[in-house]
Amino acid sequence: MEGRIQHLLLSLVAACASVGFALAAPPALGATAEDLELEPLVVREPERNPVQVDEIDTENFEIGVFGGLMSVEDFGTNPVAGVRVAYNVTEDFFVEGVYARTQLDQTSFERLSGGAQILTDDERDMGFYNVSLGWNLFPGEAFVTSRYAFKGGLYLVAGVGSTEFGGDNRFTINAGFGYRMVATDWLALHLNVRDHMFDSDLLGENQTRHNIEFTGGLTFFF
Amino acid sequence: MNICKLASLWLLAACLLWLPDRAVAAGWFEDYEPAVVVSDPFIEMHTGPGRGFPIFYVAGQGDEVTILKRRTDWFKIRYTEGHRSKEGWVHIDQMRHTLDLDGNEIEFGQMGLAEFSKRRWEVGMTGGDFNGARTISGYLGFAVTPNIALQLEGTQILGDFSDGKMATASILMYPFPNWRVSPFFTIGTGIVRTEPQTTIVAAEDREDEIVHAGAGANLYLSDRFILRLEYKRHTVLTSRDDNEEINQWKAGFSIFF
Repeated sequence: MEGRIQHLLLSLVAACASVGFALAAPPALGATAEDLELEPLVVREPERNPVQVDEIDTENFEIGVFGGLMSVEDFGTNPVAGVRVAYNVTEDFFVEGVYARTQLDQTSFERLSGGAQILTDDERDMGFYNVSLGWNLFPGEAFVTSRYAFKGGLYLVAGVGSTEFGGDNRFTINAGFGYRMVATDWLALHLNVRDHMFDSDLLGENQTRHNIEFTGGLTFFF
Repeated sequence: MNICKLASLWLLAACLLWLPDRAVAAGWFEDYEPAVVVSDPFIEMHTGPGRGFPIFYVAGQGDEVTILKRRTDWFKIRYTEGHRSKEGWVHIDQMRHTLDLDGNEIEFGQMGLAEFSKRRWEVGMTGGDFNGARTISGYLGFAVTPNIALQLEGTQILGDFSDGKMATASILMYPFPNWRVSPFFTIGTGIVRTEPQTTIVAAEDREDEIVHAGAGANLYLSDRFILRLEYKRHTVLTSRDDNEEINQWKAGFSIFF
């Protein structure tokens, strides 16, 4: 009798435990059973997506800063600083936009006359922007000692823009050349010489003014 | 007020912490570097992204290479052999001789007349003449269909006696979008602001509405370059008795995407 009750209780516990297990982890048990049946029959190919050329990282844009000296005709030579954005359309041509600011000194007339002022202090701040087309004339490598070779080359640029000169905006043509030295894939060093030409009648007669700018800068490819 | 500040600070902090996390999760900073197999006898690897850079290595038929990045028509690839790897630049013409890992051809594409006529976005600049003054304009165009495009344009007018700024919105109609020289007609409206030069005494700044109609042509050069010639006749809707008619001629270039 005692043995029978013990047996009954034990089988009840066993039944509860198995139900409990089944409730606790039914998917895992099910999946294992299915996998065991299917795994040997199905050979899974690794999933490969076709190559999406548009998804490849492109680095056609350059953004950067530059600084140097700018000589404004009759108004002395002063530091100039600006920002530059460029888009490399092909390996030969690029389009660039520049914005920069500089200062104007006193003209010789203002200094010699004693007190005469042609411009107010505000008007001595000069700013300009331009959009230019660049042509990589002599692409190549520069060898620095026998250890390093930097890609780069000489380019020509020319474009149009506007200069805020003596309180007015002047249509400005710029032309010049530059040297690009690509230090790493994403960083380039630039040296630039430009002539900014605009007409002005600020000092009496209307004449074309040549303003030479010499700068160095850094740009990042992205 | 303080609670507002605190709440916005918390929100900002949460955004700053959450955004980079999301960006990484979404794979924004993970570069896509697909592997391809060389199908031609070989492809030439140059030291730089340009035709003049020397060829320093060739990857042979059946070699697997990884594409790292692209600059203009040049692809930077990595070729690994054992635990030595070489990185060099390959031109798109040679990349066409590679297959994906399943052996399928890859669509590398190249800009041509077909892409020009199907372009969606166009960014450009023009210089020109506006009733004797010089103009510099920048514009952004979006093609709704190959025949109809919308355009926003900002213009700086640089005259001897006055400066000005003009902003216009236009519709352009291209009757023959598939032609290399593709003519167009345009109508639009905007505002023009005129500021007299400082050497001119008196005269005030004015702002007027302006409407225009015009015609021009796009010439597809190559790659992504388009040349543009355009004539517009503007009517300035002045507050005076008579409206002012102004002719504008301009020429420039644009890049399409």
